[in-house]
Amino acid sequence: MSATLVIARLMLREVMRRRLVVALIALTLLAVALTAWGFSRIPTLSVRGVQIPEVQAKLIASQLLILVMFMFSNVLALSAVFVASPALSADLESGIALAMLSRPISRTEYVIGKWIGLAVLVIAYAVVAATLELLAVNAVVAYLPPRPVEFLLLLIAEGLVLLTFGLLLSTRLSGMVGGVIALVLFGMAWLGGIVGGMGAAFDNELLERVGTATKLILPTDGLWRGAVYALEPAAVLAGSLGAGPVTAANPFYAATPPPVAFLLWCALWLLGMLALTVWSFSRREI
Amino acid sequence: MTDAAIETVDLAKRYGGLTALAGLSMSIPRGDVFGFLGPNGAGKTTAVKLLLGLAHPTSGEARLLGASLSDPRAHREVRRRVGYLPELFRYQGWLTGREVLGLHVELLGVPRERWGNEIDRVLLFAGLTERGGSRVSTYSKGMQQRLGLAAALLGRPELVMLDEPTSALDPVGRHDVREIIRALKEEGMTVFLNSHLLSEVEQVCDRVAIVDHGRIVASGTFAELLAGDTVRLLVTSLGDADLSRFGRSDREGDWLTMRGIAAAHIPDLVAEVVRLGGRVHAVQPTHESLEDRFLDLLAER
Repeated sequence: MSATLVIARLMLREVMRRRLVVALIALTLLAVALTAWGFSRIPTLSVRGVQIPEVQAKLIASQLLILVMFMFSNVLALSAVFVASPALSADLESGIALAMLSRPISRTEYVIGKWIGLAVLVIAYAVVAATLELLAVNAVVAYLPPRPVEFLLLLIAEGLVLLTFGLLLSTRLSGMVGGVIALVLFGMAWLGGIVGGMGAAFDNELLERVGTATKLILPTDGLWRGAVYALEPAAVLAGSLGAGPVTAANPFYAATPPPVAFLLWCALWLLGMLALTVWSFSRREI
Repeated sequence: MTDAAIETVDLAKRYGGLTALAGLSMSIPRGDVFGFLGPNGAGKTTAVKLLLGLAHPTSGEARLLGASLSDPRAHREVRRRVGYLPELFRYQGWLTGREVLGLHVELLGVPRERWGNEIDRVLLFAGLTERGGSRVSTYSKGMQQRLGLAAALLGRPELVMLDEPTSALDPVGRHDVREIIRALKEEGMTVFLNSHLLSEVEQVCDRVAIVDHGRIVASGTFAELLAGDTVRLLVTSLGDADLSRFGRSDREGDWLTMRGIAAAHIPDLVAEVVRLGGRVHAVQPTHESLEDRFLDLLAER
């Protein structure tokens, strides 16, 4: 097996052994069970003694699902940051890197191996958590969002962006510092998305530019909006169009699918950050 | 370049304004047990890190088993034949000792069918056979150092670099390590031993280099380093005299110190001093130990 895959497997074995995966699975199952119970109550809601029609129940389910998925996307983002931020720095600080990197393995293989291991974790968590939630919702209210695969891919992309950013910081900063920086920027990117939305709503060019800039610097919110779009049924989109541009400021709503140019930028961003991570780690003194 | 295990030419490393290694030039033949001796902070660990590609030299060149530091591909390949026990020995605490060795043997590219035997062999060598199945986080410091030594011996390397290999060991452990180094020598391996422990180096090494402030201040076999003895003569009326054929002379007031002189030549030295017009008042021969020589060398700087 190539050195890269040995490192990837080691990374996965570490998160398994440290019981991170067990904890995540247990909490995810709990969250899915609780939300499924919540969703199962929607059809029983009534207005002035009259049970709400099925169409309305599904509409409510669609909006609630976006909020639940926002929670999962945050868990994914936080987990990605928590595991990636110390992935390299902890090895450097402890001295484990001394023994490992004196072996016939290049720094590039070491970094890419770590990235692959972490990426498998992010992808597995996103797939498992989102699929379980979608299946549970479908089982209790017979509702499936219109583009679940698209949603899943964008959710994974958001996790990969944060994981790569965390890994880059990990080449130079301790896990704690890198983790805090990554999380603060993640929060700011979300806010930047809202600012940009307000710019669109009030036709303010400066605010719109701020939104665009944050989207380009850390594309997590752009990807999240794309994921939201994939969860919105046609009826919601049609209804919101009537409300005008003001809806753009709502962080749980997207009027349009993510532009292809933006998705290409995200791919480039990921590759660029990974290259920067390799470069930074290669120049690092062990 | 020659067929040396390690060869360096003016290898230097500066961290900002701090010089960790100031132009190291040395050549270590294959099969030697080489002691790299110096006080803490002399640049010993820096030299090893540079040789292993863990740190990047500021200037100079080095070859490890013939592979140049400036050729990353060749250097990466040659590291299959090099074992290294870092001074800061730490291994994945969430793995067992056997799993750590399994990881290293896999990175080395040893064929899978040999992993089991290879791991058993080094565990036995390092005296860890019984604890191989325990998590490294439950190991004592000494056991972790033994694990590091075992890892360094995986795949029967041609060159083993040991950085302060007994720092966490008790006297029995130190003795074990000396025996291991002797066994490695018998197998024809080259051993590069970084140490500040004179006795350790004295007992196992063929040759030593003494480093201080990032420079080699002396090197050679023990016979060369301690060549002969030292004699102090109290002499008056001696003008400028060339006594270099007896050894390294040094004059301070009326005291003439001659280092590296064979004891049998002391009467000849006295006769020569008298022949040159010197009046000899006292002759004080002393036997020099490695420690004396080491302290002398460091004091001279």
